[in-house]
Amino acid sequence: MPDKRLLWLGSGLVAATALYLLWGLGGRVWFILELRGIKLAGLVLVGIAVAFATVLFQTLSGNRILTPAIMGFDALFLLVQASLVLSLGGFGYAQLPSVLLFGVNSGAMMWASVLLFAAVLHRARHDIQLMILVGVVFGLMFRSLTSFIQRLIAPSEFAMIQGAMFAQFSGINRVELRAASLLLLMVLIWLWPRMAVLDVVALGRAPARSLGLDYDRVQMQMLCVIAALVSVSTALVGPITFLGLLVASLTHTLMRTHRHALLLPASALIAAIILVSGQAVFERVLRMQSTLTVVIEFVGGLLFLYLLARGKLR
Amino acid sequence: MIEIENLSHQIGGKPILSGIDLTLPTGGVTALIGPNGAGKSTLLKLISRHLSLQSGAVALDGVSLASIPADQLALKLATVSQEVGVASRLRIKDLVAFGRWPHTKGRPDKADHYVVDRTLQKFGLVDLQNRFLDEVSGGQRQRAFVAMAYAQDTDWLLLDEPLNNLDLVHARALMAELKRMALEDEKSIVIVLHDLNYAVAWADRIVGLRGGQLEMSGKVKTVATSEILSALYETKIEVEDTASGRRVWYYS
Repeated sequence: MPDKRLLWLGSGLVAATALYLLWGLGGRVWFILELRGIKLAGLVLVGIAVAFATVLFQTLSGNRILTPAIMGFDALFLLVQASLVLSLGGFGYAQLPSVLLFGVNSGAMMWASVLLFAAVLHRARHDIQLMILVGVVFGLMFRSLTSFIQRLIAPSEFAMIQGAMFAQFSGINRVELRAASLLLLMVLIWLWPRMAVLDVVALGRAPARSLGLDYDRVQMQMLCVIAALVSVSTALVGPITFLGLLVASLTHTLMRTHRHALLLPASALIAAIILVSGQAVFERVLRMQSTLTVVIEFVGGLLFLYLLARGKLR
Repeated sequence: MIEIENLSHQIGGKPILSGIDLTLPTGGVTALIGPNGAGKSTLLKLISRHLSLQSGAVALDGVSLASIPADQLALKLATVSQEVGVASRLRIKDLVAFGRWPHTKGRPDKADHYVVDRTLQKFGLVDLQNRFLDEVSGGQRQRAFVAMAYAQDTDWLLLDEPLNNLDLVHARALMAELKRMALEDEKSIVIVLHDLNYAVAWADRIVGLRGGQLEMSGKVKTVATSEILSALYETKIEVEDTASGRRVWYYS
């Protein structure tokens, strides 16, 4: 028997989906539906990826105000992309098939983050706070390296990177969508039997180890999964950092549980509802006169501050 | 039986423990005492594998500790760490239920729920079981963590200063419960203690450390004398027997 709150969230997502697909439908119905369907799939995919990445990262760090962006995960993604443009040239970069590009991007990202965090973790004697601090410094370094590379390349190539630097939901590529959903599916298959393990990880290193969990190995695997999730969402739409924080807080407030078997599905549903309904409002009411991230960050930020001030966020 | 052989440990180039040879026999309560910085917690962490061995050897029932897989070790040895801070929204009942994790891997059955309920009763947590960990006092949280280790149902129980944050009623109750566990459930308990009176009143054996060296170890009756303890703490410690026959220690 699934949790009642999950059922409510599920029907909320169905309603948001219907709203997005059917609102203002007219003319060549099937053509429009197909376009909207692709976008819808992208939104849901990004929602799952962002929500999971943030919840997992907060579980790992034992902290409720951190997001993977703090550790420079998305900055690393942009750096990988900028380095590719620099080394291959704008033409070579554009010639790469989307799938290959996506694979190279996510692969490089996961490889780099595991290498980096493995080295840091080893040195920092498994102190996650210290690792986050180092991550913040690395994040800054990635951002400055990216802008340094942008200065080295030609303006037309610069425009290519810039397209990836800001979140946008309009131009979701069909091939990328397929690659991203494959990667996400792999992550989900890995995560599914490990929900209970995540609950133990949330206890912290010492209690988890006392319960016989190989904490350091699980930590490495989780960092790898977070890197994969961030690359899914960043590759599809670009960096959206605030959404994760908002979703994670709402999830914890709504679910009031430590069980990831409930937390993760709830966070994915909440993120998808916010993105799909936000996009519906953005396209039909605002007539695409802004970007969705601005809408989400404005409305979400207000909601976040309101809940925080009322002491409702836990 | 835990055998420690020529154990040395350094943190940041500074020796914390040097050349410890010690045998902790099965059964009874063993108190680790000594002044601050003596290496008590480090020794406990090395035994519980929260720190990895640098030099020397630790063996549990004749098997090298390093060769036991983590999930097997969790069935033999439970630890309560000194610093406990949990970020997730956790109810006391759920925390205690985590003690069953090494047995169930997240799929508890009826017997596990029974163990959890009994543990909650034992540690006086029934009224608090539905409270969140961040809504109870430090002492209550401490008790919940000890209860979790108890629910793990291991032969060995290692506790790092579990009396911190506990008032005298609950500190006494915890020591009495540990003693009872040692006597009736035949558990072996190793506990780091700061308060000499608790150590002398409830422990069967005392191990004294100072400056990373083993100073003394043995039965309470033989080693808990004014001279030995005064030397261990470099403080004058006087003994007095009360009217009820209890032995108490004064230090000023």
